[in-house]
Amino acid sequence: MEVLKIATAGSVDDGKSTLIGRLLYDTKSLTDDKLEAIEKTSKQKGYDYLDFSLATDGLIAEREQGITIDVAHIYFSTASKSYIIADTPGHVEYTRNMVTGASTSQAAIILIDARKGVIEQTNRHFFINNLLRVKEVIVAVNKMDLVDFSEEKYNAIKADFEQLMSKRDYADQKITFIPVSALKGDNVVDKSQNTPWYNGETLLEHLEGLDLAAVSNVGTPRFPVQYVIRPKTEEHHDFRGFAGKVYGGELNVGDDVVVLPSMTRSRIKNIYFHDQEYQTAPRRSSVTITLEDEVNVSRGDMLVKTGDLPTIDKQLTATISWMDSDNLTTGGKYVVQHGINKVLAKVDAIEHKIHPDYSGIEENVSSLQMNDIAKVRLKLNKPIFYDRFKDHRTNGSFIILDSRTNNTAGVGFIN
Amino acid sequence: MDTLLEEIQNPNTLGLLNRPNANALEHEAIYIIREVAAQFEKPVLLFSGGKDSITLVRLAQKAFWPAKIPFPLMHIDTGHNFPETIEFRDKLVEELGVELIVRNVQDSIDEGKVIEETGKYASRNMLQTTTLLDAIEEFKFDACIGGARRDEEKARAKERIFSVRDDFGQWDEKNQRPELFDMLNGEIEIGQNVRVFPISNWTELDVWSYIQKENIEIPSIYFAHPRNIFLRDGLIWSAEDAVVFRAEDEKVEERMVRFRTVGDMSCTAAVESHADTIEKVVSEIRESKISERGARIDDKRSEAAMEKRKQQGYF
Repeated sequence: MEVLKIATAGSVDDGKSTLIGRLLYDTKSLTDDKLEAIEKTSKQKGYDYLDFSLATDGLIAEREQGITIDVAHIYFSTASKSYIIADTPGHVEYTRNMVTGASTSQAAIILIDARKGVIEQTNRHFFINNLLRVKEVIVAVNKMDLVDFSEEKYNAIKADFEQLMSKRDYADQKITFIPVSALKGDNVVDKSQNTPWYNGETLLEHLEGLDLAAVSNVGTPRFPVQYVIRPKTEEHHDFRGFAGKVYGGELNVGDDVVVLPSMTRSRIKNIYFHDQEYQTAPRRSSVTITLEDEVNVSRGDMLVKTGDLPTIDKQLTATISWMDSDNLTTGGKYVVQHGINKVLAKVDAIEHKIHPDYSGIEENVSSLQMNDIAKVRLKLNKPIFYDRFKDHRTNGSFIILDSRTNNTAGVGFIN
Repeated sequence: MDTLLEEIQNPNTLGLLNRPNANALEHEAIYIIREVAAQFEKPVLLFSGGKDSITLVRLAQKAFWPAKIPFPLMHIDTGHNFPETIEFRDKLVEELGVELIVRNVQDSIDEGKVIEETGKYASRNMLQTTTLLDAIEEFKFDACIGGARRDEEKARAKERIFSVRDDFGQWDEKNQRPELFDMLNGEIEIGQNVRVFPISNWTELDVWSYIQKENIEIPSIYFAHPRNIFLRDGLIWSAEDAVVFRAEDEKVEERMVRFRTVGDMSCTAAVESHADTIEKVVSEIRESKISERGARIDDKRSEAAMEKRKQQGYF
């Protein structure tokens, strides 16, 4: 039992916020004071139903305009799991926000309005979740109440979506279809009486049944050193610990390791978490490691197991998602932050732009705008130690910083 | 030597029933705190004496052991704090051997930078912002670690882990940096600072469960105790402290109460409770039908009270 992070994707008015509100309401996760506020505001607006989107839309402008501007995080738990939902908006900056939400999620819910069916936006939502290699995708066909809970309509949408699936790159992604009405509560938490033709699980039943180990991304262990701990106290005079988080797989006391980039070899002597010693540092644990030998290690270096080296190179090809209002141009200079490591980078070439609606690629491109996705070649001023994104979600990704504004301008997935 | 994996994967070892993930969240928070120490020149931990900042201190202790916490703590003292929290603060700082900086809202008032509120709902909560921003400028802090959580309040649900503030300490909610995977971008210009929220993804119950698991000492007002109170607007106000304005027709009575959140005395209401141990508090929170900030008088001011305060540079 752990935390499941879920990203949501849908176009404006597909009912994302309503679906999340419904999940909260039906799992009794809304407290009385929050519920009271929703009842009061719904009444003020003259609705004859409870507007659950009010449970998530937070900023003044969002409530005024009835839209979601920024990624919001919503928390709820059941007896068996804790959930964090990243509610990402469906309008202009959707690509940027969806990529962001999907980057930390193991599952995604794509909403489709049953009246509209699979639209261009749906292609994009699916493309992005597939690009980010989100393991588990749930296609919630919403507003079934507005199409008289028609099985025919649902099956037609499903067939259209299956067409899309044949075009995907990451074929192991698991996809589940569920007919729902977020507004009325059909098949969200409770099984609907209106869809006797649907024998599958409700949305919550499906989420509850997900095996967290199976939806996590496992690769080979990588240990980027965040911070060197040297207490210089009498008691710990010679202590030299390398603090960091373990990604991909586990490390053990006695493992033979290589320090990158110096390529020095040593062996793991101790694994500490606070003042306790452990035999194993599992994936995603923040530990402190000491080595058998006096090795020169500083922030940005990486410990890996001998015989399990990543690629060490000053150039790379990556699929990037551009997120800044200033365009990326061929020849442009940026800072690449790979994990905790920062290097200078130059855009060697934009190989092609990828239309995220599966309509193909565009060559001879010299610049990228916000929300563009493209394959680019980068030259770096120093080597980094990377894996391919398909093999290692953490060590295969990086962010691009604009050194004039310091903004996070894009994200890359290494090919 | 037992295995950390067991703790992460099999949270039953933590003795938690409903939110068993405190451990994964703990590792995430420690990673964030280490990034602060590595990426910034002058970080500080904002310490209020409340349970969230006490939790932060424990996490920071774990992050750097066996070395000391490599940054000071700072308390923006409204002068209206519960005496129990101040006592607690001084004891904790002494045990940790870290530097404590205290800056007083009273000084900002005396210097004429802010004007004390008057009337029934007078509070120094809003005034803290000025004192905080002045202190950041005085010490040239480039990162302030705070205990805010996304589950607390609507505007906080939109907050980043590394949240950039401009020269005026302001939060531009519509222009926030995307945060991808685990990567934290702490690049700023001189004059800007970053507010860092390592326990962003924790819920109130996660915090309490962690306090229980780690056996962390917290101020006594978090536990049920008899107190003279009066009722106003459906909230329980403490009648024992001169700083809380009470009208003559607001009748005082003694009840068993505890504080679920501890802010300034003038803006924190109590809740009726018999939970006098950490175990009882955890089960009370688990059963609760009212959100934590339901007892924050400062949030009751308007639907968007927190968002407006944050734009002005509040925590």
